[in-house]
Amino acid sequence: MNLLRQAWAWLDDRMGISGLIKPAMTHRVPRSAKWWYVFGSATLMFFCLQVVTGICLATLYAPSAAEAWQSLEYIDRQVPYGWLMRALHGWSSNAMVLMMVVHMGQVFLHATYRFPREMTWILGVVLAGLTLGLAFTGQVMRWDQDAFWGLGIGAAIVDRMPFIGNEMRNAMLGGPIIGGETLTRFFALHVFVLPGLTIVFIGGHLMMVLRKGISEMPVAGQPVIPASYQTEYHARVESTGVPFWPNAASRDMVFCGGILLVVVGIAMWMGPIGPKAFPDPTMIDTNPRPDYPFLWVFGAVSLLPPSTETAVMLIAPIVIGGVLVLLPLIFSAGERAPSKRPLAMVALILTVTSIGVLTWEGYTSPWSPEMDAWSSTPTPPEYLQALTPIEVQGAIVMQYAQCRNCHTLGGAGGLRGPSLDDVATRLTADQLTRQVQQGGGNMPAYGKSLSSAQTEAVVAFLSTRCPNGEQGAVTPGALLPPSKSRRLVR
Amino acid sequence: MNHEPQPNNASDAPRNCSCKSGSECCQSPEPPRRGFLFAFGAVMMTLGGAVASVPVLGYLFGGATRRYKTEWVDLGPLEQFPAGETRFATFITPISSPNDGATAKTACWVRCIKSGKFQVFAINCAHLGCPVRWFEQSKLFLCPCHGGVYYQDGSRASGPPPRGLFEYPWKVTDGHLAIDAGMLPGLQETAYFPEASA
Repeated sequence: MNLLRQAWAWLDDRMGISGLIKPAMTHRVPRSAKWWYVFGSATLMFFCLQVVTGICLATLYAPSAAEAWQSLEYIDRQVPYGWLMRALHGWSSNAMVLMMVVHMGQVFLHATYRFPREMTWILGVVLAGLTLGLAFTGQVMRWDQDAFWGLGIGAAIVDRMPFIGNEMRNAMLGGPIIGGETLTRFFALHVFVLPGLTIVFIGGHLMMVLRKGISEMPVAGQPVIPASYQTEYHARVESTGVPFWPNAASRDMVFCGGILLVVVGIAMWMGPIGPKAFPDPTMIDTNPRPDYPFLWVFGAVSLLPPSTETAVMLIAPIVIGGVLVLLPLIFSAGERAPSKRPLAMVALILTVTSIGVLTWEGYTSPWSPEMDAWSSTPTPPEYLQALTPIEVQGAIVMQYAQCRNCHTLGGAGGLRGPSLDDVATRLTADQLTRQVQQGGGNMPAYGKSLSSAQTEAVVAFLSTRCPNGEQGAVTPGALLPPSKSRRLVR
Repeated sequence: MNHEPQPNNASDAPRNCSCKSGSECCQSPEPPRRGFLFAFGAVMMTLGGAVASVPVLGYLFGGATRRYKTEWVDLGPLEQFPAGETRFATFITPISSPNDGATAKTACWVRCIKSGKFQVFAINCAHLGCPVRWFEQSKLFLCPCHGGVYYQDGSRASGPPPRGLFEYPWKVTDGHLAIDAGMLPGLQETAYFPEASA
């Protein structure tokens, strides 16, 4: 024991380890920094887990477009703990993004970005961008159909840049197609460039935390006044603060250990993420969806009006980044308590709600046609009772013409267009005919692909879709409901 | 960590100078060759860095400025594409690298309007590049990503696409249909994929 102590004393004298570490470990933090302050540490822990599991995966992953998918299948099915390693890397990446978002939200909620911690926030914004970059390039590593067509979406967005779009796209893909050089390029980004930059910026971020201190919990009526803040902060921390180690670190360890157990549990329960179908671009029976962190972008590009989307796709990232970077520079002084910052709270709630809603929209994708609905969803039997022959024929034509890919009947079918269960309450037979033949309101025109007899049959069937007791659609100005093709079912 | 020349800074004083900054021995003028050496060093490092970065940038971004040459690729005998029908066809992209694997394969839709007259559509939706699927019964192309829809002649029917489907130039030689292919279609690819004629 004595020998060990002597050895440590010798080593510490030669290397100065404790002089380096001790001030960082024991620096004083405010007493009020409690459970709100654990999310940054959790993000860092998941990054460390990503580095460890990522290096493990790199020992077996083949970064070649011809072999990547097979090597993942091999890791999943043949290698001891391979499936758990991939599951951990995938779910821990989702956890890292989530913890980062919560951490960022907490910092905004408590206006911690104010003087003198502007640079802590700005370096954090860079880290947020790097984390999302790691998530996107990680999705590419999976090299399945989602990865392939996700790259296609990324390439199409880059391609829309004015003047240099085509060159930028080819630089991103490493050539004029998505292929072998695309995967190796993204591999270099995912395992060298982005993690390296992330480590550098984490170092800077932590250096800022030590240099300017952890902020206290905000108190209404105690605004940040730059002229006096630093002296007062240091005086308060010296008199009432606690050392980071072990006081604040204990809470970090409790939370990080707990959430680590949860994520390992999720990884064991859910298993590895993908790889989905083999990345053969000629297998087009595919339904590409991005990973969770990008579902809101996927939703946004579907819901934007087409005339604005190029501008929004190209300018929005610059605006979002610019706003985040400028935020602490513009709002460096003032109240920090949420109760004194109503506009900031509205902005926070709007942002969280928008991203949440867009993520849900991206997850459910109601704008996408249900490609198999026409051949795999039945027409509800009660809709076919007591129909005339032409109405029955209309139901058949409707199924055959793939109307169900975008319209539901009895709750089954695509959600792109409105449900047809009660369409006769909204449109008269004449309006139905016009809509089928000429389309409009985001519906293609069927005038060329359906004969007039087929159209008549479809309209006859749809005109029966007026549920019992509901008023059928009436031509505006008509005195009486038109009797042709109109009657109530049951 | 400060590499800037600071000729009048006290830290520049000789190590063994026992006097305080501002006293006589520290006010001795900067030797002229010291400023010259720094300027010379800066020029040398800039030159060396510039020369060394040529291969790095060229290697990483050479693909961006390179002019890729498309080539005519065979889609198969004309019997595979009966008049009045739209058929799925695949080919190996002519511009490929050794480890492309299956991703060198590309698909397209061939519409034979009448004997000897074709339209060959890229598989990629004009919105964001997802693969469109042909539905013979309703004579529509549907995109699975954001719900773009096209008519059988490739023109935009509904949804977010800003234009119709991209078309490959085609020709018939020796009873085979060939297309001029190699580039991933995109909105800026207008020289190669001109605006769809209405």
